[in-house]
Amino acid sequence: MAYDKFTTLRTTAVPLPNENVDTDQIIPARFLKATERVGFGDNLFRDWRYDVEGNPKKDFVLNDSTYSGKILVAGRNFGSGSSREHAVWALYDYGFRAVVSSFFADIFKNNCLNIGVLPVTISADFADKLFSAIASNPETEIEIDLAAQKITLLSTGESESFDINEYKKENMKHGFDDIDYLLNMSNEIDVFVEDK
Amino acid sequence: MEKTTLFDKIWDAHVVKSVPAGPDVFFIDKHFIHEVTSPVAFLNLETRGIGVKYPERTIATPDHNVPTINQEQTIKDQLSRMQVQKLRDNCSKYGIELHDLGSAHHGIVHVIGPELGITQPGMTIVCGDSHTSTHGAFGAIAFGIGTSEVEMVLATQCIMQSKAKKMKITVDGILGKGVTSKDIILYIIAEITASGATGYFVEYAGSAIQSLSMEARMTICNMSIEMGARGGLIAPDETTFNYLEGKRYAPKGEDWDKTVAHWKTLKTDEGAVFDKEYHFDAADIEPMITYGTNPGMGIKVKGTIPTTEGMEGSNKASYLKSLAYMGFEAGEAIKGKLVDFVFVGSCTNGRIEDIRSVAQFVKGHKKADNITAWIVPGSREVEKMAHEEGLVKILEEAGFELRQPGCSACLAMNDDKIPAGKYAVSTSNRNFEGRQGPGARTMLASPLTVAAVAVTGRICDPREVFQN
Ligand code: SF4
Repeated sequence: MAYDKFTTLRTTAVPLPNENVDTDQIIPARFLKATERVGFGDNLFRDWRYDVEGNPKKDFVLNDSTYSGKILVAGRNFGSGSSREHAVWALYDYGFRAVVSSFFADIFKNNCLNIGVLPVTISADFADKLFSAIASNPETEIEIDLAAQKITLLSTGESESFDINEYKKENMKHGFDDIDYLLNMSNEIDVFVEDK
Repeated sequence: MEKTTLFDKIWDAHVVKSVPAGPDVFFIDKHFIHEVTSPVAFLNLETRGIGVKYPERTIATPDHNVPTINQEQTIKDQLSRMQVQKLRDNCSKYGIELHDLGSAHHGIVHVIGPELGITQPGMTIVCGDSHTSTHGAFGAIAFGIGTSEVEMVLATQCIMQSKAKKMKITVDGILGKGVTSKDIILYIIAEITASGATGYFVEYAGSAIQSLSMEARMTICNMSIEMGARGGLIAPDETTFNYLEGKRYAPKGEDWDKTVAHWKTLKTDEGAVFDKEYHFDAADIEPMITYGTNPGMGIKVKGTIPTTEGMEGSNKASYLKSLAYMGFEAGEAIKGKLVDFVFVGSCTNGRIEDIRSVAQFVKGHKKADNITAWIVPGSREVEKMAHEEGLVKILEEAGFELRQPGCSACLAMNDDKIPAGKYAVSTSNRNFEGRQGPGARTMLASPLTVAAVAVTGRICDPREVFQN
């Protein structure tokens, strides 16, 4: 399933400084039964977002209209626990295109790259700067330039570069999954077959 | 020149492009599909609005959940009927060769591929089924893939794969009487455990392996997956060429000579380096049987079930759980245990040679009264030969029930299920809890051991039952 192209993202951000957020929190197991990939965004952070009656919890950041945007700035060790891909489907479906953290759980990071949510690993210092900048002004914009592998806090102009596997970077830039990548190589494959 | 392994040679010849710091774009020569893992892949193609790139490289047959009686009638089970119908629809829509139920070459996908000569040395072969490793017996790189990869192969004839590590398993020496290739592979898995080859592609070599027929080699490569390996392969030789010559899709005439000349180059260079190597002596191998719930839990038929000595914590707990499921005690002998069912079939041991060996040994005997004996040929071709060679008559006289080709009780997706709590000695490849039916207790063994068990009604050593 292909996803939207990722070039340069310039947007406000939602802060979630909690550390060790596991995928059970991102999407609880009871919402994994769906057979189609629709509606997962509604259940993103379900138990943090809603009480047992289904009323929004006022103190959770996704229910606070002060904060919005396509970037989630998260605490250290984001996405640990179960390898469920549904966690990323939920983030994507909700509208996040990038997650920024000083450390990602391994499988979660891979899942992100396959689904089209850019995981951006930054230093703990830079993460602190982002959190305080957003706290003092929720309108603060952040820019993520995939081609340049650079993340910038626009209010101060401070920036940091980040790593990404070259293959995954190309895929993200074009909004490709593995099949799209292969489909795009159709001519090269034809040439290979002729030479065989 | 760099010394390379057979696996390297085939792999490298199929890399369309190496993605920097990523996987290889890996070209697939032949793609087998069946009714269970292909429907969603076809559905996704439709959603994307694309077709099948090289339909002539895909071959289809329904095998996993087809009934093994009355195949000429409409399939009763709804899910099975729908899946088989979907396979037919997709094949006719995209122009894919289908060996349908009842046709001359219908059968288990890993049995018909070699039988038709589709499987050839040097090829890359995939199928949405883990036992695709069977085809490695011809000196091919063959492995199982997931449904999203089935979609990739249909759409592009390629998948994205990183190269596996290389392992060499050498078995030298001469096999004892009554010891078969199934015993070799059960022995190897017991030695290196059910996860011992995870991350590796295995090459089997050595004089004991070279002495085997193609059927016997297929049994070994088939079960590579049961020690965690991605696949297994054996360098092609005269045995391979003789098997393929004259097969329907094998090259003919001048083409044959040219192709064989190329096939002869497909071997590991002297001095090529493997990431891991094992050596075994054929003289140490005896008839084997499994007593637990993974294929690594195998012992000599005349041996005892291991005690828990040296085991700790979760390891020990899962071992005891496995024995409890099987109804066995640690430390006891396995010989003499009563058995309820025997099953001869599957892509591991459902080929003509397997049926011949069972027939040869039960000839003139009767199955024991406590035994229900099923024999399910791997393909229509096998079934036909078994009739022509008089094997069916021998087996029926011995009290075996012959069924029509399919996976059958190997995974019990159809009606061929071992009832809960019953013991089955089976020529198939997996003894997981519930594999042959909910609560079924499976013991894996060679066709020869299965024949001996059928006759005596108990776990026994075939060398003691059949004197010759
Ligand atoms: S016979 Fe068993 S192992 Fe072989 S393809 Fe069928 S289900 Fe899989």
